[in-house]
Amino acid sequence: MGYSLDFGWLRDAAGAIAHGAMMTLFLIACTTVLGIVISILFAAARRSRYGILRKAVAVYVEMIRNTPFLVQLFFIYFGLPSIGIRLDPVVAAILAMTLNMAAYTTEIVGAGLDAVPKGQGEAAYALGLRPRQVFVKIILPQALKVIFPALISQVIIMMLESAVVSQIAVRELAHEADLLQARTFRSFETYFVVTLIYLALSMAIRRLFVAGGRRMLGAGVS
Amino acid sequence: MIEFTFWDILRNLVFATRWTVLLSAVAFAGGAAVGLLILFARISKQKWLRRFGSGYIALFQGTPLLMQLFLMFFGLPMLGFRIEPWTAAALGLTFYASAYLAEIWRGGVEALPLGQWDAGASLGLHRLQELRLVILPQAFAITRPPAVGFLVQLIKSTALTSIIGFEELLRTANAINNATFEPFTVYGLVAVIFFVLCYPLTQYARMLERKIPAH
Repeated sequence: MGYSLDFGWLRDAAGAIAHGAMMTLFLIACTTVLGIVISILFAAARRSRYGILRKAVAVYVEMIRNTPFLVQLFFIYFGLPSIGIRLDPVVAAILAMTLNMAAYTTEIVGAGLDAVPKGQGEAAYALGLRPRQVFVKIILPQALKVIFPALISQVIIMMLESAVVSQIAVRELAHEADLLQARTFRSFETYFVVTLIYLALSMAIRRLFVAGGRRMLGAGVS
Repeated sequence: MIEFTFWDILRNLVFATRWTVLLSAVAFAGGAAVGLLILFARISKQKWLRRFGSGYIALFQGTPLLMQLFLMFFGLPMLGFRIEPWTAAALGLTFYASAYLAEIWRGGVEALPLGQWDAGASLGLHRLQELRLVILPQAFAITRPPAVGFLVQLIKSTALTSIIGFEELLRTANAINNATFEPFTVYGLVAVIFFVLCYPLTQYARMLERKIPAH
């Protein structure tokens, strides 16, 4: 015993912590945009006429969902260079996060597409809309509305999991914490503060998405 | 320089897998025990207990597991325990699992019709008996698919304990990789081993989901 908490280092560390938090937000923003685009494509592929396409997406989803994110990250960052693909840590992190999240959101988006009544598409065709217009303007907005809460949860889970990309030296929030505690020897206090920041980030992201979703998809988004 | 053949690498990795499996089992069992207490708090009649339960769950679901593990690893010594990767890993994952399991089971308890409580009360059962004999068996039964699904998540999460120094599958892989410089093979094999552990459980959860009729 005899250990007393000390937060005196915090004043000098605020800049580094803010920088790390910005990097975490940047990573999750890229991942969200790319991941959702990919999962819309994959969800469509999963419902396509071509058996091989359906199989390929199914295999990808199972492979990602049944292995740890950290292992995927190490495989991409350390393993791929030996077959000639060398990636910057930030690019490797975004790639790993996107591939990981898309495996989960593909299922979510797919469920949303299935939830839109068939009559909606048929009615749109009857009005003379082209197939792409039907998908983008009629089906997709309704599907997104249904799956919005699940999608937000997935984004937040990915943001929290992104803490492990500190292991390939991406200078995000967790990595800044590693550096700080090595300098101040105040490990517990450092991780405590950073944990609270992650908590605040996850609450802020949820608020932001709910507000944005209400505006874009209309009422009824929670 | 020691030469590692493919089979040496595989043998060492498979041998290290027992620690991954053991840690998953301990964390799941411990998480179930603590999770039950959190569930009781979460569905208690006392408002402050319900608040505590939902706060506990929100805290563990709203922060990264890696940070929780670091706080365990550096926080336990402050309470007078020795720094030990195994203790920090097992305790950290136990608390993490307890929050998720409590939330899954709460969903099950709330999905039951209120008539089940009334029926229990009309038989003269007091609250604990109601829970033990009427509510919990049904809640556990209908939440088995997500609970198995969470077990898969927990097994994958054990990989994070390599970062605080627990010698499980991934940490052994890092050591082998440092000796052989064959990251493609080593991490590829680690992924395959995790897949072999998790995929049957995923399929089992899916099968349970199909078997249980939707309410």
